[in-house]
Amino acid sequence: MTGRALPPFLDYAVIPLLNLLAALIVSGLILAAIGVPPGTALASMAEGAFGSADGIGYTLYYATNFIFAGLAVALPARAGLFNIGGEGQAMIGGLLVALVCLGLPGWPWWAALPLAAAAALFGGAAWALIPALLQVRRGSHIVITTILFNFLASKFSTWMLVDVVRAPGDPSPETAGFDPSLALPAAAGSPVNLSLLLALAAAFLAWLLVHRTVWGYELRAAGQSPEAAHYAAIPAGTLAVVAICLGGACAGMIGVNEAMGVEHRLVLGFTAGAGFVGVAVALMGRNHAFGIVLAAILFGALYQGGAELSFDYPQATRDIVVVMDGLVILFCGALEQLWRRPVAALWLRS
Amino acid sequence: MSFAARAGSIHGVVGENGAGKSTLMSILYGYYQPDRGTILLEDEPVRIGDSAQAIKLGIGMVHQHFVLVEDFTVLQNIMLGLEGGFRLAPALAAARRRLAALEAAYGLAVDLDAVVGTLPVGLRQRVEILKALYRGARILILDEPTAVLTPAETEQLFAILRRLQAEGKTIFLITHKLREIMEVTDRVTVLRRGSVAADLATSATSEAELAEFMIGRKPAARAAATPARPGPVRLAATGLVVVDRSGIRRLDGVDLTLRAGEITGIAGVAGNGQSELLAALAGLVPAEGSLRRDGREVPHSGRARALRRSGLAHIPEDRQRMGLIAGFAAWESAILGHQREPRYARRGFLRIGCAVAETLARMAEYEIRPRDPRLRSAAFSGGNQQKLIAARETAPAPEVLLAGQPTRGVDIGAIELIHARLRALRDGGTAILLVSSELDEILALSDRILVMAGGRITGSFEREGASERGIGLMMAGLAAGSA
Repeated sequence: MTGRALPPFLDYAVIPLLNLLAALIVSGLILAAIGVPPGTALASMAEGAFGSADGIGYTLYYATNFIFAGLAVALPARAGLFNIGGEGQAMIGGLLVALVCLGLPGWPWWAALPLAAAAALFGGAAWALIPALLQVRRGSHIVITTILFNFLASKFSTWMLVDVVRAPGDPSPETAGFDPSLALPAAAGSPVNLSLLLALAAAFLAWLLVHRTVWGYELRAAGQSPEAAHYAAIPAGTLAVVAICLGGACAGMIGVNEAMGVEHRLVLGFTAGAGFVGVAVALMGRNHAFGIVLAAILFGALYQGGAELSFDYPQATRDIVVVMDGLVILFCGALEQLWRRPVAALWLRS
Repeated sequence: MSFAARAGSIHGVVGENGAGKSTLMSILYGYYQPDRGTILLEDEPVRIGDSAQAIKLGIGMVHQHFVLVEDFTVLQNIMLGLEGGFRLAPALAAARRRLAALEAAYGLAVDLDAVVGTLPVGLRQRVEILKALYRGARILILDEPTAVLTPAETEQLFAILRRLQAEGKTIFLITHKLREIMEVTDRVTVLRRGSVAADLATSATSEAELAEFMIGRKPAARAAATPARPGPVRLAATGLVVVDRSGIRRLDGVDLTLRAGEITGIAGVAGNGQSELLAALAGLVPAEGSLRRDGREVPHSGRARALRRSGLAHIPEDRQRMGLIAGFAAWESAILGHQREPRYARRGFLRIGCAVAETLARMAEYEIRPRDPRLRSAAFSGGNQQKLIAARETAPAPEVLLAGQPTRGVDIGAIELIHARLRALRDGGTAILLVSSELDEILALSDRILVMAGGRITGSFEREGASERGIGLMMAGLAAGSA
């Protein structure tokens, strides 16, 4: 398979759609097996995700988190490193957002947002810095260290929310509500808020950084060929540390969406696994910022549509929806090459 | 195109990069399917759908880049895929017996229990040949087999090929090197732009005639060497020592000065410290000793970057791993190492338009095919990749150029072009270090020749006093001193 790569519309549209189709067909078989009519079930999912303004709002709200989480994986992946710590980095980002917001009662949201966002970026980046340094300086495998740091972040959040910043008299592990003036502008009837625009801006900036700057060029060079990067006097170690921290900073922004945009407080476990969905999103979006936006919307739709499905068909429990998510990841990520050969053969023949 | 090879002959296939040699051989080995036309094997039309079928038909291929598992022993590598049962031990014993017979029959001595990763290149190649024979090959295709061999190893390879021929095997030898064609083949097919330009008995032709068929015109006469006018010292190393990970002194106290307007050639059998010398001078490996650029000591930390900034260019020996990045577009590989220069970058942003346009211009100048700057680097043949790298490192003129095997694996036309470029750079005042395993190349270009053996410089020659014989003896460690 030498020669020119496939044209972009095949690579980024036709093949992913075929993968998605395959995942939906297998999902349909599973739904049929548990007695849910697949056609109407899938229609109900689509209806739930895209059929109403509120549905779309929920889809985009989930997508906001998934864009941030996808970027958290994709930026380090460009350096050839697998950051699986988006979950923990988001938790720390969220904690700092909450502390900033609790400290600024009465501020208008637009004045507090830069500070809160800076706190989120800093928290996520700082939580990624230690695994990054351990990887680059000591060769400690980043997959292991970031997983461990997820546990650390989880325990630390629990302690903070139970023992330190819990609202007095509140039995659940969460902070007091923020001042209403701090709430980000949001759609009525769904939780999608200004953070969506921040996520899109982050994706655009990530694309610009990776594909249009010298820094991104050196990052990609170091990720694809350490020997060639060494030859070209590219400081691969420093680049990797910065890329991991930028990824962590993106993950931290999930805290802005959840705390400042939706809950107006910090709730324990607010990340709800979004950090891990980011791995699938980055995989499916092929680490490309625009691909990540599309993949994040797809997963947002699966989350929102899945909730709708469970509502309409009680036998399609939450677990069945997880299975369907898994099938999408399987076909779009792990079996990504499934349709590539036949499509490439067809294309080359025509 | 059509041509035929007689059983029991050594058939040479020559042609420039992109002339279709590799495509042709890939068709014979089943990697590609021909759109039209037939392959006749012993007068029977055959269809070679994939390499498994090719092996079944008795066709074996020895690739330019070996496909061996480095951590496995020779024996394990050869029988890989042919283990045949669940238990390994009996299969290994059987394989060992058969291989001993093969080795004896063809004079292919290799230690079957040696770990492949520890073997020199020449022996790895023998392993590849044994592998093909073990699979019952009657027809052997060798793709650029001598590109990585020392002169002595090349001689040994040819001896093996003659032996194989005497035993009735048919051999296809793909090469750029006309001298080898003349030396070892019975018949030669010259390809040019995808068709057969000539197909003749080797005894009825000459190197000059073949070269003419290959490039479609008479090769340019070698420019008469003008005397060098050495200028100031651009790069000076004293007491360079490089110790590798296992504690071996790969470079053992090398003193070297590179002057503006002079080409210094390093001759030596591969593996005697030349690669380490290049790496040390480029600041890519930690080295003891002093390194001065225009008289100023270059600090150890950030040395590679400081040297690059000072106008040092480097054609790396290992183009696959170092010279370019397989997944990068050609234009991206064409700025590697220079990506921060103002012509490619402004305020931190890449000037993609400039880089693409420049790459396209170089592709025209160096006849790099296919002429598409947005194509992935891996999609270019080795020779075209080398041209891309040589173009990158030689324009605009650097102050210092470290050239490691600058013409390895490229065709006559490109060698002419690269040599002309190196001479022009030298005349324009670039200080050039030339490391090459081709003694011809060293002799053709160098104003001063240093011989390396065992990590030291063991002799030096001025251009006039240099002879292939004298240098060859010193390379082999049979003579010492200077002339």
